[in-house]
Amino acid sequence: MTAPSTTAPAAGATTGAAAGGPTPGTAEAAPRPALSVRDVYKVFGPRPEEAVRRLRDGATRDEIKHLGTAAVIGATFDVAPGEIFVVMGLSGSGKSTLIRMLNGLWKPTAGEVLLHGADLATADAKHMRELRRRNVSMVFQHFALLPHRTVLDNAAYPLEIQGVPKAERREKARTALELVGLGGWEDSLPSQLSGGMRQRVGLARALAADTDVLLMDEAFSALDPLIRREMQEQLLELQQTLGKTIVFITHDLNEAMYLGDRIAVMRDGRTVQIGTAEQILSDPANDYVAQFVADVDRTRVLTASSVMVRPAAVVPGTGGPRQASRTMRDAQVSAAYVVDRQRRLQGHVRDEDAVAALRDGKETLDGLVRDDLTAVSPDTPLAEIFAPAAESPLPVPVTDAEGRLVGVVPRVTLLTAMVPPEQHADDGAAPAPAEGGAR
Amino acid sequence: MTDALVPRIPLGTWIEAFVTWVRTTFKPLFDVVKDVLGAVYDGLDTVLATPPFWVVAILLAVLALLAKGWKLALGSLVGFVVIAGVDQWGAAMDTLALVLVASCIALAVAVPLGVWAARDDRVSRAVRPVLDLMQTMPAFVYLIPVVLIFLTGPVPGIIATIVFALPPGVRFTELGIRQVDAEVVEAGQAFGATPARILRQVQLPLAMPTIMAGVNQVIMLSLSMVVMAGLVGAGGLGQQVLGALGRIDIALGFEAGLSVVVLAMYLDRVTSALADRAPVARALAAARS
Repeated sequence: MTAPSTTAPAAGATTGAAAGGPTPGTAEAAPRPALSVRDVYKVFGPRPEEAVRRLRDGATRDEIKHLGTAAVIGATFDVAPGEIFVVMGLSGSGKSTLIRMLNGLWKPTAGEVLLHGADLATADAKHMRELRRRNVSMVFQHFALLPHRTVLDNAAYPLEIQGVPKAERREKARTALELVGLGGWEDSLPSQLSGGMRQRVGLARALAADTDVLLMDEAFSALDPLIRREMQEQLLELQQTLGKTIVFITHDLNEAMYLGDRIAVMRDGRTVQIGTAEQILSDPANDYVAQFVADVDRTRVLTASSVMVRPAAVVPGTGGPRQASRTMRDAQVSAAYVVDRQRRLQGHVRDEDAVAALRDGKETLDGLVRDDLTAVSPDTPLAEIFAPAAESPLPVPVTDAEGRLVGVVPRVTLLTAMVPPEQHADDGAAPAPAEGGAR
Repeated sequence: MTDALVPRIPLGTWIEAFVTWVRTTFKPLFDVVKDVLGAVYDGLDTVLATPPFWVVAILLAVLALLAKGWKLALGSLVGFVVIAGVDQWGAAMDTLALVLVASCIALAVAVPLGVWAARDDRVSRAVRPVLDLMQTMPAFVYLIPVVLIFLTGPVPGIIATIVFALPPGVRFTELGIRQVDAEVVEAGQAFGATPARILRQVQLPLAMPTIMAGVNQVIMLSLSMVVMAGLVGAGGLGQQVLGALGRIDIALGFEAGLSVVVLAMYLDRVTSALADRAPVARALAAARS
């Protein structure tokens, strides 16, 4: 069963660039993971096989210490094509070992690593080299550039290994360097560049290789915080156009949350939780993860959609002041959102205006609807909702791409969301009076 | 005294019997080695000693100019004039030929061995005690069997010099390769390079400054063996020093000794300059400037 699937994707991947369409097409029909890790173990030491057997029987890492050091224990996950999958853990958690098994630098002691269906654990040296040349490239923590080669020749190195003719590989390397913003630095030596620029060369080198899978091993960890942020932004920007499958290793939770479509949290060789940044923040699998995420800047990770609530009072624009004032009275609020037939947000109407209109005998809301509210999208991070929340006493409306009202973020929800989950139990009473006060 | 406790171990007799056996069994091989080494030495010696002194001196100075600069070239020329002035030029060229032949052979063995030892821990563990033995065993000890096998002349001198000068070549090469940043080697692997390509394009270039330091050490140790080589009749400056020692000739001893020093300084400076010209060393120097 594996035999046909082993050859098919390799051929698809090599010709994919030329053919263009087919690869994404099949991916849509049956979204097969680009990378698949199945119950993978890596044990260094005298008797690795027995260590794996004992670990499978439920032994802890310490109990099998005499058999070897278990770096990765039973890792299982899939990485979808075009996804940024972040593996996060402290040093010694096994993340570096894990990423090195994804391109076969290290063989798993047990389990399967499937790269487009080809099992790296059983591939021979020649097949492995072929897979590395065509399918998977890597960016290193300390850049790993050749110091005696120019920036251009460093970026062209994977193509040189692939046997691409000199003129062609230089052209491709030049394009890759321009992509990462290093145009004009081709003839410099790596030692003449700053750390951030050197890692851009490392990134350009990996991009020049033109593989669909990109492994990034603590790629930005050696950089200054400001440069690191810049590189993260650039990576996301590049990813929008390139759509690579990226496995990113980091010990920095903020980095993981910022970059990762999904995050695997590793501890002592085991994956303790796999999920989106919001899932990990709002629903940590255990105390370890909870403690880890406690000091994350939650406002940059959590988005409007994760905290928004149903608006208390919504009235149709076609309704009159009578309906509006009744809705507000029932909901005990002082303003209502006004939407059209497609539920698109028109603005809001205040209770005093509705009552005044009612007294004057008006039949419609014409002239009463105020549109001074700033709406946000469901993907807006909480950090960017503070300003609109401060401008108006009303909850901030959340609208989708078509402008339809999908929810609101009350100020109090905004504030509570910033408190890590484990503290909610302690001051669980706090939200209630605040909610009352806001009305 | 100890005969009651420990029986006499006839280790020396065994070794002697072994050497005799080796000598008779491999005589044809040793004859070939002797002929080849002798021919190479004679050829190089003829090239160095036959032309007038100033031709060779200027050529060597030009080499220094190309490797480093005019200061080294000028200094070398002054040194060579001094050697010629104290009438040691012929002997110095004999010694230079011997040192160059011995160093080249030593390096031809040492560098591949060092690469192999760096790639395989078992080889490294096996080679290390042998290198210790070669460096610390008094030269006289292996000189005896060498003389037995190759008789006297430049060839036993070259062999003894190789044995003594080879170890740093292996050690520096192994160290250099092992010190290459593991991540850079991994990068080569990660992009699908073959082991041979990684050795050629990553490990050797990055280890080159260290390997060149080893080359320098091999040449320096070769020079330190000139007197020992003179002892087995290799001629050259070593023979001059030994003659001066026999006749208590302070003047000749000093003149021959000074010539050795001049040769040593010349070879050291030129090989160091070559080490600085390795691409990696130049790249790092460019960063500092």
